[in-house]
Amino acid sequence: MRTAMGLVLAALSVWTTSSFAASVTLAPPTDVSAEDVPNDVGTQVLVTWKASPDEREGEAARSLEGYAIYRIIAQTGDGLESIGEAGANASELGFPANFDFEDTQPIGSVTYGKTQFVDENVEAGTSYLYGVAATGLGDTFSPLSIASAPVTAKMQWFNGGKFWFLIITGIISIVIIAFVRIAKKGGEIRVRKIAGLEAVNEAVGRATEMGKPVLFVPGILDINDIQTVAGITVLSNVAKTAAQYDARLRVPTARSLVMTTARETVEAAYLGEGRPDAYNEDDIYYLTDEQFGYTAGVQGVMVRERPAACFYMGAFYAESLILAETANSIGAIQVAGTAMPSQLPFFVAACDYTLIGEEFFAASAYLSHDSEQLGSLKGQDIGKVIAAGLLVVGCVLATVAVTSGSRGARIAEMYIKHNILGADGLEPNADKVAQIDAELESQSQQPNTGGGGDS
Amino acid sequence: MIAKRTIPLLIAAFVGILLIATYFIPLTESYGADAMEMFIILAAAAMVLGAGNLLLLNLSKISNRQPGWGYAAITLLAFFVTLIIGLFKIGAMPTMSSPDNAWTAPVVQEGSPFWWIYQYGLVPLTATMFAMLAFYIASAAFRAFRAKNLEATLLLGTAFVVLLGQVYAGVWLTSFLPDLASFAESFPEDLRGFVTAVGMQIENGAPLTAVAYDGVSFANMTADQQGTATVVSEHLNSWFYQLLNGLRLENLTQVILDVPQKAGNRAIMIGIALGIVSTSLKVILGVDRSYLGSED
Repeated sequence: MRTAMGLVLAALSVWTTSSFAASVTLAPPTDVSAEDVPNDVGTQVLVTWKASPDEREGEAARSLEGYAIYRIIAQTGDGLESIGEAGANASELGFPANFDFEDTQPIGSVTYGKTQFVDENVEAGTSYLYGVAATGLGDTFSPLSIASAPVTAKMQWFNGGKFWFLIITGIISIVIIAFVRIAKKGGEIRVRKIAGLEAVNEAVGRATEMGKPVLFVPGILDINDIQTVAGITVLSNVAKTAAQYDARLRVPTARSLVMTTARETVEAAYLGEGRPDAYNEDDIYYLTDEQFGYTAGVQGVMVRERPAACFYMGAFYAESLILAETANSIGAIQVAGTAMPSQLPFFVAACDYTLIGEEFFAASAYLSHDSEQLGSLKGQDIGKVIAAGLLVVGCVLATVAVTSGSRGARIAEMYIKHNILGADGLEPNADKVAQIDAELESQSQQPNTGGGGDS
Repeated sequence: MIAKRTIPLLIAAFVGILLIATYFIPLTESYGADAMEMFIILAAAAMVLGAGNLLLLNLSKISNRQPGWGYAAITLLAFFVTLIIGLFKIGAMPTMSSPDNAWTAPVVQEGSPFWWIYQYGLVPLTATMFAMLAFYIASAAFRAFRAKNLEATLLLGTAFVVLLGQVYAGVWLTSFLPDLASFAESFPEDLRGFVTAVGMQIENGAPLTAVAYDGVSFANMTADQQGTATVVSEHLNSWFYQLLNGLRLENLTQVILDVPQKAGNRAIMIGIALGIVSTSLKVILGVDRSYLGSED
């Protein structure tokens, strides 16, 4: 009985599918085109098309499921710009007239609503011809819509989208290096007082007087994060002070590599201060990689050992406030430094001193009084001047563009926004200029009825 | 000296320059990925160091009966139980292809003891720690928002507006002030959809000629529709409406977040970016060598 019912259901299913497939004729997508993805090693092609007319938004009974993308190799070697260039071989370039959807695997497929696909598996220098077909229920396919021209992916030696970023970073780097050299030659570098860093000696001194340890937390990321590197350089200076004052320094870490680096750094600091006997390797130890396991471990150290001074220097996430509030509850003096903007408010609220962003990165130079490192701070200041200059120019241009409707100001604003600060770099922006022209023309035709506040 | 300082400095400089190059030269992207993979291998190997350190330290705490040695015992117990169950795949079912070989079982198989430790041990414990954050936020906010001086009072006032503006109570408190919905209510019912659609476009900064309704642009609308759209545009752009509408708590909150908060945040971000450039250069050029340890 069960077998018979199964057969009936299977027959019904086959009949429904085949009758539906037979009854549906999908319209193909139109305007298929393919272009090389810029600024890569020539391994990507972007295929775009206009949606099939059968794709109707919000339609409940959808006959079109998506699109299948096919490609054939048009020519290897130098590549072709158009089918016409192939001459006698042109007939070999096209998809066969009786294209077999059943036996040909598409290179990719997307669902309805999408009108582009990035083929990430092409070879630089090879020409490909792309075709797109709409796919429907029951393995139905529309006729294949073929791109008008083959495409050849090319490798770019330089990522033009990052041209302006390279120029700005290059200028800042050159200025920093120049100031480092000036400082090396004995040039005077004056740095403003940073309260948080002035407090380092005070905090370590307080711990010494109270006979309690100093706790240093170098964040929860590994040594490949620049914040951890900056934290370790601050640790070097804190360790020197601890060695001078004979305070016990405890450094629990969340990463093994940070532990080994911190041990080397602290040992060097104690040696530098002539106190190798005071260095205890076991005071710098590994807890766990797990974020909240580490937090619980450090909290335990705080509650049991009640350090008089706590330093948080590195990358922190949600554990920042848990640590800072626990240390606050035991009355420890706290100095924090991080470049995680989302955690800064927590440290500001809970700690006695907080090094905000650039102050944190400047800490090593400030504490070491090393002239070369102080020179780098001056270079950063020049970088700030450049950033402020760009901000002022951008604000002025944007204001002029809005108030006067000047075409030149709008194009300049667009160039700063998309090319210099955005990802367009050296990309031509004729389409954006055309859009500005169209908007200006539209505004010039606007009837004098709107803009109530101005009229 | 060469092994402890020069070679590490050269490695740091080489890898630093290579990673910068990967950002600008597409051909070098794969080398950058390789360098990062090497770091992952190095970090994985260093895990042995970390685990060894954890073991030694906790064993010495227990043997010396240091204060809190009980915690060290629990840590070691958890460490060994997890290690043995995970390493020997205890209780995990072998794969269908080789049912007699217990070693073929996947480590994180659902229902296995190792999975159970993670799901019902580690996850609830970490969730508990994270949940404690709520209490810490409350205690930190209580201290930070005390009106001790002018700056603290401003902070308190701003925080009050921003917090209130993000909950329904804030929206309700200033609901008497005009907005697009209340303005649309003043039109006949059949026009409200049109007024709302056009009004939303104008509030988003679209000029009157650029508005469209149901796929029909302003230029192709009927004279009545153009007249209504013009009235909507004049009303929404009037200074009186913009002032009162801007005083609604949800809008005031958005202005605070979009203007002063974003400006401050961007200033911090620019400083951080410059600090990263400077610190990276110091490491690459060997100006800052403190992370390398002693020269002996």
